[in-house]
Amino acid sequence: MAKMISQKKYRSQKSIKITKQIITYIFLVVLSIIWLIPFAYLLGQSFISMTAGPQAPYSATLFFPIFPNGDNPGNATFDNYIALFTDPNFPFFTWWLNTLIIAVITSVVQTILVLLTAYALSRLRFKGRKAIMNMILIIGMFPGFLGMIINYFILQLLGMSGSIFSLILLYIAGSAMNYYIAKGFFDTISKSLDEAVLIDGGTNNTVFWRIILPLSKPIIVYTILISFTSPWGDYMMAAYLAQGNRNLFNVAVGLQQMVGIYASEYFTRFCAGGVFVSIPIMILFFVLQRYYVEGIAGGAVKG
Amino acid sequence: MTTVEYLSLSKPQRFFVRIGSFFKNIPIAIWKFLKKIPNWLYKIIKKLIITPVKDIKDALLYGDWKVRLSFILCGFGQMTRHQVVKGALVFAYEIVFIAFMILVGGPNLGNLGTLGIMGSIQIGDSLYYYNDNSLTIMIYSVVTIVLILIMFAFWVSSIRSAKKLQDLERVGHYDSFKKFVKSLTGESYHIFLLSVPMLGLVVFTIIPIAIMILIGFTNYNSNHMTPNHLFEWVGFYNYSTILTSGDAGNSLFLQTFLQVLLWTLIWAFFATFSNYFLGMIVALIINQKTIKLKKLWRTILVTTIAVPQFVSLLLISRMFAPSGGLVNGILNNLGWIENMDSIRWLSDGANNALLPKVMIILINTWVGIPYTMLICTGILMNIPNDLYESAKIDGASPYKMYMKITLPYMLFVTGPYLISQFVGNINNFNVIYLLSGGGPNFSYGSQQVPGTLQGVGRTDLLITWIYKMSTTTIPKDYALASVLGVIIFAIIAFFSLITYNKSNAVKNEGDFN
Repeated sequence: MAKMISQKKYRSQKSIKITKQIITYIFLVVLSIIWLIPFAYLLGQSFISMTAGPQAPYSATLFFPIFPNGDNPGNATFDNYIALFTDPNFPFFTWWLNTLIIAVITSVVQTILVLLTAYALSRLRFKGRKAIMNMILIIGMFPGFLGMIINYFILQLLGMSGSIFSLILLYIAGSAMNYYIAKGFFDTISKSLDEAVLIDGGTNNTVFWRIILPLSKPIIVYTILISFTSPWGDYMMAAYLAQGNRNLFNVAVGLQQMVGIYASEYFTRFCAGGVFVSIPIMILFFVLQRYYVEGIAGGAVKG
Repeated sequence: MTTVEYLSLSKPQRFFVRIGSFFKNIPIAIWKFLKKIPNWLYKIIKKLIITPVKDIKDALLYGDWKVRLSFILCGFGQMTRHQVVKGALVFAYEIVFIAFMILVGGPNLGNLGTLGIMGSIQIGDSLYYYNDNSLTIMIYSVVTIVLILIMFAFWVSSIRSAKKLQDLERVGHYDSFKKFVKSLTGESYHIFLLSVPMLGLVVFTIIPIAIMILIGFTNYNSNHMTPNHLFEWVGFYNYSTILTSGDAGNSLFLQTFLQVLLWTLIWAFFATFSNYFLGMIVALIINQKTIKLKKLWRTILVTTIAVPQFVSLLLISRMFAPSGGLVNGILNNLGWIENMDSIRWLSDGANNALLPKVMIILINTWVGIPYTMLICTGILMNIPNDLYESAKIDGASPYKMYMKITLPYMLFVTGPYLISQFVGNINNFNVIYLLSGGGPNFSYGSQQVPGTLQGVGRTDLLITWIYKMSTTTIPKDYALASVLGVIIFAIIAFFSLITYNKSNAVKNEGDFN
């Protein structure tokens, strides 16, 4: 008798456990659907042609136009993608190329400057170190856009306001503000390594190149990844510097114009543009995901 | 209140005591900060004025003729004592500086008081034409002031080192320029590393912000737009416009400002904490030992981070659009709503735009949960497992374990992250601007509305308002934008100050175990 009760109890405990698991999995599936719907929608819409006149983009067929629905064959086309590169009214390729150039140059120079700043503030002890750190902290409390208004006029005075290189210059000039995460990483490298090199007659320069840099691959990759991807999403600065000049737009500003002003007319083409922009960045991100996670997790703990 | 008294309270009482002590601590934190200021000022003055003056006095009294000549010809002392290159560089800067002062700096600095003249002025028989540009005058003046400060620093250091070289020569030593260059890889390595980053920071961040703060004390707006018009100093007029009443003499400006400020703070609070707690819960669920396919669930969520944010934000804003949007379309197809635009998810002005505000915070959790999940995943694995095991033996429920172990540990470790998230959300331009564009606009009824208020919406943050003020509103008003920027600075400084003191206290307690 006692044995049976305990078995029953065991069974009911087991069934509770299984129900719990099922609920958790249902929760996770729902979560995944919520997180994936926008991207599925984006992908689906990008294959719908708007040339046949605007269609209400919400029925199941239009959601995934690849599948045929009853007597309607699948109406997927590449029209939007072709139009992206051929329509002179929306020079999407120029925007994309602008952003790519900005991102490549910014990521290289910014990474170098961030590493230099972070190394100096982390490993070296010199007069004015605290002052520089406090200064960067205080500047960081001002909204970045405030200086932007004046920078536009300064760049005008310098005769640079009509080119994307002004934007690159501004991104690069602010590099030192992003030193925190790299500094947090350098702080964790043991100081005895430095001392060993210095005793052997090396200089701080040797320490930096021979000891610190080879050990900091994760943080270097992280910094490159961040400084490469952030220009793709910057709207405020790029829009302000371009001042409505379409040839200076980056993808964010250009695509915003597509849906902002001509709301439903160009929506599907916006989707095509969004897919085209996202795919390379997604690939890059997933390849380097490990470094990204290490970087943000380390940064969050260090603060 | 002593520890024993505190422990004798019931749980709700403890909670209120804690909240009370938090607010009681705010004035104390500010007072502590203010008490430090005179000390800092003294230190700065000592470094910048007292010590240099003393050194210069020494050099004048005890230096030889070479040192004394350095007072006029900077770098002379170095040039005559084996440091030709260094001395020549300082001397070259002096010459360039003097030329700059005569040609550009002096005239512009002289005009700083009036910010320029425009038109013709008759003096005696001759007519003088002026066509000044106030903004150029302002920019050049600030640059000139910075250059003067640099010149002063060079002047002092050249005199100092001239005196030092004289003293060294007396004992038979000398510092050569070669030695200095060599030290750039050794004890002066920081100069080599930091000069370029700091130059960028000074030229394109510090100087512009300084100029922009000054513009807050002028009337620089569309009606005084350079180069066709001048603007001039107006003192604290803009601050009084925002903080007391509007141009029309009514308090519309203050009302709007307070509503925008309140929404900015509410937004920052909810955006930060909703992401934080929901993200942590998702991380806990995925991290359970019994859950399989952990990597798959994580990857799905992380897609949000991998896709550029503006794409997903613009897309979602279109999905919730009243006509032609996916959500209303589906609801219409199902027959739940009759008109496509009967639910205005992101532009409904009713109840002080409650629906758009809630929607924005919800959509922001969609954007933000994956970040928190990633961060928490790493930290959760670091929580010592024996804490949980001993809790289990004591018969603690999962909820209790979460409240007593996980949450305190997480808060302890990620405290600074929360602060930086809060500050980042105060300035979160993208989410607001790309989702709702700040709309729906405020309605003022029949009252006379100043132009700068016309584009402001109920979901605008201070930062998007600044953006609108300097781009889309008619008239544009850079001066008011500057004032709002300074106010954002003040808010962020205030919060950083409080939390800085607070988090120090938490560290000392270390009570999570």
